[in-house]
Amino acid sequence: MTTNVASMWVYLSTSPLLHLTFTITSFVFARLVYRKLGRPALLNPVLITVLVIVALLTWTNTSYEAYFEGAQFVHFLLGPATVALAIPLYRQITLVKRYPFALTVSIVSGSLAAMISAVLIAKLGDVGEQTLISIAPKSATTPVAMGIAEQLGGLPSLTAVLVILTGIVGAAMGPWLLDKLQVTDSVAQGLAMGLASHGLGTGRAVFMSEVAAAFAGLAMGLNALVTAVLLPLLWHWFM
Amino acid sequence: MLEAIAVLLACQLVGELIVIWADLPLPGPLIGMAIMFLGLVIYGKVPESLDNATKGLLDQLSLLFVPAGVGVMTHLTLLGEEWVPVISSLVISTLLALGVTGVMMQKLSARTDRKIKGAKNDN
Repeated sequence: MTTNVASMWVYLSTSPLLHLTFTITSFVFARLVYRKLGRPALLNPVLITVLVIVALLTWTNTSYEAYFEGAQFVHFLLGPATVALAIPLYRQITLVKRYPFALTVSIVSGSLAAMISAVLIAKLGDVGEQTLISIAPKSATTPVAMGIAEQLGGLPSLTAVLVILTGIVGAAMGPWLLDKLQVTDSVAQGLAMGLASHGLGTGRAVFMSEVAAAFAGLAMGLNALVTAVLLPLLWHWFM
Repeated sequence: MLEAIAVLLACQLVGELIVIWADLPLPGPLIGMAIMFLGLVIYGKVPESLDNATKGLLDQLSLLFVPAGVGVMTHLTLLGEEWVPVISSLVISTLLALGVTGVMMQKLSARTDRKIKGAKNDN
C-alpha cells in the first residue's frame, strides 16, 4: 500500500496535471473564502493562493521548476490577457476625450511619483540593484511590470509578488487616504486607485462608483503604457 | 471563439516580433495590446465573438498571476534580508502615487469643467 502511494506520488509529481490542478483548485477555494467574508483586502485570493502553494511546495520539497512545469499553462495566458486589455481601454476612450490635458498630466505625474519614490526609498534602505529594478515598475499591471523588470535585468517573479502587494496596499488604504485628502470627485478617485494599484485598485473602485471604476480601468491601462515607456528611459539616464 | 484566440495570439506574436526586430525595451504583449487597440479604433466597435471570448479571460485575470507569484519562493533569502526597505518603499510610494494622481486630477478636471461651462455660457 505504501509503495503504491509512493509510486503514484512519483508519477503525479512529474506530470504537469498535479500542479495545474493544484493551482486552480487552491485559487477557487481562496476566492470562495474571500467572497464569503466580504472581500477583506488582506485576504486577497492571489496572495492567499501564493502563500498556500509556497507552503505546500516547501513542505513536499518540490522545486519551483517542477511546479512551473504544470503552472506554465496558466502563466502562458498572461500574454493574450494583456492583449485583451485593449478592449476595456477602447470602451473608455470617450471618457478620455473630455479631459485630455488633465488626464495626461495627472497620469504622467502619478506614474513618475510611483516609480521615483519607490526607487529612492529602496535605495535609501541600501537595497541591491536587482531588487531595485524589480520594485520600480510595481504600480503597473503585473504582465507589463514583469516584462519591464525582465527587460532591465530585474527578477520578474519578485516583481510579480511586489505588484500584487502594491495592489493590496492601494485597495486597502486608497479610499481612506483619498478621503483624508478630500478627493471627492469620482473621476479623480478612480484614476488614483487604478494608477497606484492597477487591477486590484480597479477591483476596489468598482465598489466606489461606476465612474470611478471606468477611470480606474483607464488609469491602469495608461499607467502600464507610461511606465513601460518612461521607466527604461529613466533607468538608462540616471542609474 | 477560435477566431478570437487567433486574433489575440496573432497580435501578441506580431508584438513580440516588433520588440525583437526594433530592439525595444518594452514587453511584446504590450505592443500586441497597442496593435489590438488600433485595430478596434479602425474597426469602430468590439466584435461580439472577441468580446465573449476575452470576457472569460479577463474575469480570471488575477488567477494568471499565481504561477509568477509562487516564484517568490526562489527569493525568500533575498527578501529576508531586504524586507524592511522593500515594504517601506512599496507602501509609501503607493500612497504617494494615490495622492498625487487624485489631487491633481481633481484640481485639473475642475478647471476643465469651469472652462467648458464658461464657453457654454458665452454662447
